[in-house]
Amino acid sequence: MKKLILAFALAALSATASLADPIADRQAIMKAVGKAVGSVVPIAKGEAPFDAAAVAAAFATINENVQKMDVAALFPAGSETGDTTASPKIWEDMAGFQAAVDKYKADVAAAVAANSADLPTFQAQFGAVTKNCGACHEVYRIKKG
Amino acid sequence: MITKLAKVAVFLAILGGLVFWWITRPQTLDPIELSAVAAGDPVKGEAVFWQAGCAACHAAPGSKDAERLKLVGGLVLKSPFGDFHAPNISMDTKDGIGSWDFPAFANAVLRGVSPKGEHYYPAFPYASYARMKPSDVADLYAFMKTLPAVAGVQPGHELPFPFNIRRSLGGWKFLFFKPNPVIEIANASEQVKRGQYLVEGPGHCGECHTPRNLVGGPKLGQWLAGAQNPEGKGVIPNITGGEGGVGEWQESELASLLKDGFTPDFDSVGGSMTAVIANWSHVSEEDRAAVAAYLKAIPAHPNGYPAQTTTK
Repeated sequence: MKKLILAFALAALSATASLADPIADRQAIMKAVGKAVGSVVPIAKGEAPFDAAAVAAAFATINENVQKMDVAALFPAGSETGDTTASPKIWEDMAGFQAAVDKYKADVAAAVAANSADLPTFQAQFGAVTKNCGACHEVYRIKKG
Repeated sequence: MITKLAKVAVFLAILGGLVFWWITRPQTLDPIELSAVAAGDPVKGEAVFWQAGCAACHAAPGSKDAERLKLVGGLVLKSPFGDFHAPNISMDTKDGIGSWDFPAFANAVLRGVSPKGEHYYPAFPYASYARMKPSDVADLYAFMKTLPAVAGVQPGHELPFPFNIRRSLGGWKFLFFKPNPVIEIANASEQVKRGQYLVEGPGHCGECHTPRNLVGGPKLGQWLAGAQNPEGKGVIPNITGGEGGVGEWQESELASLLKDGFTPDFDSVGGSMTAVIANWSHVSEEDRAAVAAYLKAIPAHPNGYPAQTTTK
């Protein structure tokens, strides 16, 4: 019986541990988005031929990750310290940050819906999506080197 | 004996005062040389405007696209010495600089001296702009003349004593105002020379990317090695080839960052660099490449800021 309780306790603990690392979770989202963005930058720059399947896949990956951004769960109080480059401004201006995330989600969803069939459409959608990167990092991210 | 000593002391005090007065006097450009500068070209001046990044501080914070040409000021630049408020430099004759002639403009940009003959604080990066060609400043002046007049006065700087005494900036200039090139690059190509001009002059990259000493002078021995963010949190990256810097980046990656803000692993730059990208995306492809070539040619330094603690 004791062993069973211990096992449950351990299981519960590891479950919370995997849930309670918002810094790692949000970094994983950012990394995945960066990778997907990078995969189609050559197309956006005209250095690689337009590939409708590749850009659709990239937008799908970006969308899947960005829609996972639950501000309350990923940026709880207390997660501003530690190995993070999140700016304290997020917690000082939670409403502004939430609005920035909501805009990002809407722009990415619109890019998926547009289902770019040619280069100009893709470039416009890609521009609208990636504008969010700098806009958010300008205010809500700090560099730690 | 005592009276003699006292006389010597008084003499030395007066001499010291005169030396201080002499050293800290605002020094302007030679009016004859200035009058020889040909009238500027506003089209070329637009390129200079984006290289020099005027809009980053002098457009209203949060401005986008065409709004960035309205130079009403308003950005607050926090520093260890106090808070600086970027003033209105629009063409408004009352609140901005609409009434300035070219010599007034050139003395502000190239010497950090106001039309009233006072020192500007080096938060206005004239220590870099001093390396600009007078012809570029004339072009910039011609372009800025085409920009709109916007009414509005910004608050004064919030600086504690002794930093609120403008005259003392003459001492800062005596120590740190050096309009000659920062580094010597042997056998520099034309492209690297152009990059050097852009980075050390109008681009004023060193103002943030080079660490400063206790009185705000740049540590030129760690040129572009990165620095503690003067606004408090985080760092400004090392952009030399040294450890922690951009040694592994391709030249083309450095150039393309200045256009689209993406690092080689498709992170996007943030903080004040976002405004720099907004400016440099308007600069020519050749000039962005020249900056990249220069950054690859300069001495490599390890990070100019202390290792960051990951937990605090």
